[in-house]
Amino acid sequence: MPLSEHDLAAIRLTLELASLTTVLLLVVGTPIAWWLARTRSRLKGAIGAVVALPLVLPPTVLGFYLLVTMGPHGPIGQLTQFLGLGTLPFTFAGLVVASVFYSLPFVVQPLQNAFEAIGERPLEVASTLRAGPWDTFFTVVVPLARPGFITAAILGFAHTVGEFGVVLMIGGNIPEKTRTVAVQIFDHVEAMEYAQAHWLAGGMVLFSFLVLFALYSSRRFKAGLS
Amino acid sequence: MPEQGIEAQLRLQRGAFRLDAHLQLPANGISVLLGRSGSGKTTLLRAIAGLERAEGFLQVGGQLWQDATCFRPPHQRSLGYVRQASELLPHLDVRANLEFGYRRIPRARRRLGLDEVIALFGLEDLLDQRAEWLPNGPRQRVAIACALLTSPDLLLLDAPLICLDRHSRAQILPALEQLRGQLRIPLLYVTHSQDEVTRLADHLILLDKGKTFASGPPGRLLSDPRLPLNHPDEAAVVLIGQVEHHDPHYRLSTVRVPGGTLSVSLSRLPPGAETRVRIFARDVSLSLDPPHNSSILNILRVRIADLFHEQDSARVMVRLDLDSACILARITRLSADRLGLAPGLQVYAQIKSVALME
Repeated sequence: MPLSEHDLAAIRLTLELASLTTVLLLVVGTPIAWWLARTRSRLKGAIGAVVALPLVLPPTVLGFYLLVTMGPHGPIGQLTQFLGLGTLPFTFAGLVVASVFYSLPFVVQPLQNAFEAIGERPLEVASTLRAGPWDTFFTVVVPLARPGFITAAILGFAHTVGEFGVVLMIGGNIPEKTRTVAVQIFDHVEAMEYAQAHWLAGGMVLFSFLVLFALYSSRRFKAGLS
Repeated sequence: MPEQGIEAQLRLQRGAFRLDAHLQLPANGISVLLGRSGSGKTTLLRAIAGLERAEGFLQVGGQLWQDATCFRPPHQRSLGYVRQASELLPHLDVRANLEFGYRRIPRARRRLGLDEVIALFGLEDLLDQRAEWLPNGPRQRVAIACALLTSPDLLLLDAPLICLDRHSRAQILPALEQLRGQLRIPLLYVTHSQDEVTRLADHLILLDKGKTFASGPPGRLLSDPRLPLNHPDEAAVVLIGQVEHHDPHYRLSTVRVPGGTLSVSLSRLPPGAETRVRIFARDVSLSLDPPHNSSILNILRVRIADLFHEQDSARVMVRLDLDSACILARITRLSADRLGLAPGLQVYAQIKSVALME
């Protein structure tokens, strides 16, 4: 068996983290993307830039500020302590929160593009056929934006699987709790266990390739249709 | 069922364009909104639909849709809206498009059945097709059917035939005419087409630079030469009449219009049916005495209402009163002076040709 018990635990943890983060990202990212796609507010530029920040910032910067705000003296830390939840850093929950911030642009941007591509017309048609805003969203917008949702979910999931810096800053390196595959590979390399590192790293390459391959070939398929 | 018609005062500013519309429309029948492009016809329809937020007041069939304190969003206005380039929901097939609005109407409020509307617009063979792949003609039929299936209290039609070929028009116009008799709801219809006005209009509203400046029965408005509707050569009046009897031997029908009867080519409608005839001003000549031994069949006794001189022209437009309508005659100024035509004078109008609008 080339993978150790610790390796398998890290894989399991990574998949759990990515799945939960993806679900939360779709819930949080959809209204943000909708707002960005539809608003004429002057805040649009500022909010769009904030959402895109994780694309350009070093993960350590993001991790550092999340650590400070979620720590015992930060505003989020004070809130979670007040609610009796303790503090988030170095817990699985803390990792989830950090991942949501870190992968937000990968979900918001495809959704925003999909919503913008729908345009005003189908929404007006639905409204003059008596569909209210929520009704229209679920019966017209979601089906029309389905490729956007699929792209967003895949990118959000894959990007969360691949994160390293933020995980290390927020999660530390606690087996079974915050040690993801990326961190496990780092540990193996530190310990000169190159064979072990190869198995995990190669697996990551294969996984990422398959995800992106699926994504790009389905896009080409769609483009060929229309 | 709305019996109170539509009352609207809507104001809206969009850049340099200003809409200032006052409407008072009958509770049923087709009201045609006429105006040059850019006069604000589409904006007015969108404001009535609630798609543009206008200021003012709007009441349809006794229900308040908006005033200074309330504004019903589009989905809470009982209306159907058909656009120029008919828009359907692209991710659904035709049947799902038809059912989209229909399902959202409580059973008790539905006035038209699904199968009935499908038959009226001949959509049986299209039901399984994707909406986004339909050609223009069928698409527009589906769009009108979708709007009707919400059993609206008001149907807005924004130049629904403008993008269609002759064949598609010929399929839709009769359905619209049939609906006029069948549905007791108001239709507000935007068009540039003189033909559609004469076939469909029960009421006419003229819009210019965002302002509604005249409103009334089409016979009266179309016969007012001061309104810049037509080129004088094309000026025509439509009379609403009733088929009286047929003469199959000479292939003629008699139609009773205000102020007399007219002989027209044989009508397909049964005696008693309502019909429309169009008379061009250029086809009407005037005589002081009853003409005898003339080949012209249609001679009406009329009273001159007024004369309108055209600038730098040899001709005048004469408006002639029938009992409750008018027709126009376009004659030379020389003849008008020779005959001594003046308002109030009784004359005989000889009508060279009368077109039946069927």
